[in-house]
Amino acid sequence: MNQFEIQDLRATIAGQEIIRGLSLTVPKGEVHAIMGPNGSGKSTLAKVIAGHPDYTVTNGAVLMDGENILELAPDERARKGIFLAFQYPSEIPGVTIANFLRAAVQARLPDGEELEATDYYAELYEKMDLLEMDRSFTSRSVNEGFSGGEKKRNEILQMAMLEPKYAVLDETDSGLDIDALKVVANGVNSLRGPNLGVLLITHYQRLLDYIVPDHVHVMVQGRIVRSGDKSLAFELEEKGYDWVRDEVAEPAVA
Amino acid sequence: MINDTAVLDGVMETDSPQETSARTILSGIPEGRSADHLPVWFHERQQIAWSRFASLPMPARKDQPWRFSNVAALDLTPFRLGEVLRHAQRSEILERSVGLRGVAGRIIFADDHLLRRDPLSEKLRQLGVVFQPLERAMIEHEELFRKHFMSQPTRLGSEKFAALHEALVTSGTFIYVPRGVEVELPIEIFHWLHKDDASVFPHMLLVADELSKVTVIEHFRSTHPRRRGFACGVNDLVAGRGAKIRYVCAQSWSDNVVAVQVNTTTADRDASAMSLNVNLGGGYSRFESFSRLTGEGARSDLLAVSVGEGSQEFDARTLQSHESPHTTSDLLYKNSLSDRARATFGGLIRVEPHAHFTDAYQTVRNLLLSDDAEANSMPGLEIMADNVKCSHGATSGQLDPDEMFYLLARGISAPVAQQLLVKGFLNEVVLRFDNPALAAKVHELINAKFARIPRS
Repeated sequence: MNQFEIQDLRATIAGQEIIRGLSLTVPKGEVHAIMGPNGSGKSTLAKVIAGHPDYTVTNGAVLMDGENILELAPDERARKGIFLAFQYPSEIPGVTIANFLRAAVQARLPDGEELEATDYYAELYEKMDLLEMDRSFTSRSVNEGFSGGEKKRNEILQMAMLEPKYAVLDETDSGLDIDALKVVANGVNSLRGPNLGVLLITHYQRLLDYIVPDHVHVMVQGRIVRSGDKSLAFELEEKGYDWVRDEVAEPAVA
Repeated sequence: MINDTAVLDGVMETDSPQETSARTILSGIPEGRSADHLPVWFHERQQIAWSRFASLPMPARKDQPWRFSNVAALDLTPFRLGEVLRHAQRSEILERSVGLRGVAGRIIFADDHLLRRDPLSEKLRQLGVVFQPLERAMIEHEELFRKHFMSQPTRLGSEKFAALHEALVTSGTFIYVPRGVEVELPIEIFHWLHKDDASVFPHMLLVADELSKVTVIEHFRSTHPRRRGFACGVNDLVAGRGAKIRYVCAQSWSDNVVAVQVNTTTADRDASAMSLNVNLGGGYSRFESFSRLTGEGARSDLLAVSVGEGSQEFDARTLQSHESPHTTSDLLYKNSLSDRARATFGGLIRVEPHAHFTDAYQTVRNLLLSDDAEANSMPGLEIMADNVKCSHGATSGQLDPDEMFYLLARGISAPVAQQLLVKGFLNEVVLRFDNPALAAKVHELINAKFARIPRS
């Protein structure tokens, strides 16, 4: 029960099937990496989990601690404990980070309960320090004019504030130089623990040097073709994606 | 932040139907008004203005300045002159006139009658700053008052309403800031509509002399959120050489008020004038803004936000008139429209032949939150000088689905997410206004408006 489980998931966009029978289980407390070549459907998987309206689920289930979240609206999923760190976070002009996060935290409180401003800011500043973010960030519009690194740090800040049960990090390393990568990885690592399951989507092995996964899955053409421990990532790095691609192309051995 | 008087849900009076002894506005200037307290010259001007009002035709939709306007809303027959209110009503209105925390002076009118004036400090008075009700200013500062009172032409279609205003105006504010004097805190003015079908003719004349500085906010409010009424206001802002004027018009009339507001801003050499119109109330409200850059190096910023719901209609007409070289004007209007709300914008940038090195910008953005909301924009350029930088653009669009999904993915419900995005959209305008206390007040008023809109 205490796990995030994707069962035989199929999803389409504009009639084209992108996720083709994908199954995967992330027990709470573990970090699983999904690696795969471009176009394998990794980002689609992240969006389907979060409930993006452009995608249609045609088969399967996504169970969070036993509950199928595919029935829920995106905001309900998030309030239940799903978090998606976007590969390309939207810019929200005119909405400050402080107000944005405040609305998100407020949304998790019971009806009629008002967020205590001083507690909120104390927590926000603590999490910002962790991510080496200047406090002036709070009064800037969400992601507007942010560098790649700032955007990704902002995603992890939101994750830290919203304390999800399961987080999907979509290409969190893209657009990051080595310094920014370390800061973001430190942020994620500090959030690791028995109450959080993480699905880490990445194209490159380098992120896994800083966020060491418990398991690695390889995704090709909309399904998981191989799973293993972290050594699988090194093997991929060495042999390249053609190695698994070739395996997929071969007829399955009975 | 929203539990102040800007929220007009509380019903103040339960004593309807009200006795309606007051004269209708179309029956003209009341006999004996001049004998009361107005100077003869002013009374004569009012008589002439009334004849002008009577002879001018009502606007028709085929008139270019009224294109897309719902001119049928302008039926003036039901409206009556404002009456003196009873003591209990007055004190309740005073209690609800909550505005800024720190002000240089404050004046409160209801149904065109003065309720209270918090005068300027002794220090400002000694420096020669004048802050008076109209009827006193026209006597005590006759020369200055006569020089500027309705001295600008009405250019944007409301000649008839300007004449009506001039004929029936009895209340309003005159502000004069002498050369080199800076009034640090804002001056605050309230105009309330109270009785059923009452009408008000708010006037504001602001003269800022050379190198002076002044900030003014005018609140237009109804005591009852649905009560019918009519407002026909004029405000003239005169910025002398190097003067700096900041002005906010916070319009929160009831949704059944018909309002016409005519503004002229004149900026002399090196002066800077910035106005922010916040249009939240009114059933039909029209705002005409004629911004004249008369002196070299003058600058004018015209900002406006409108939040429309139900069947509210906002009708804005502007003219950025560059009459000297090296002048700058920058207009940014944003409208958020839900339900069947409508916004019309007709705006012209006019650059006179000798006004070289003009920078003039005009941007209108409409956010349409329902299929029935409607926005019509008619930007225009009339450039007779050679060396100018001008741009204009008007766009209408919906909320960005990616931005919406981003907020939903953080657990924010769809109605709250939509409000956040809309406020963000409007924020760009409010943040341009360079007085933090007033910008904060404007945010508060916008939030109060959103708190009133039922979330679907």
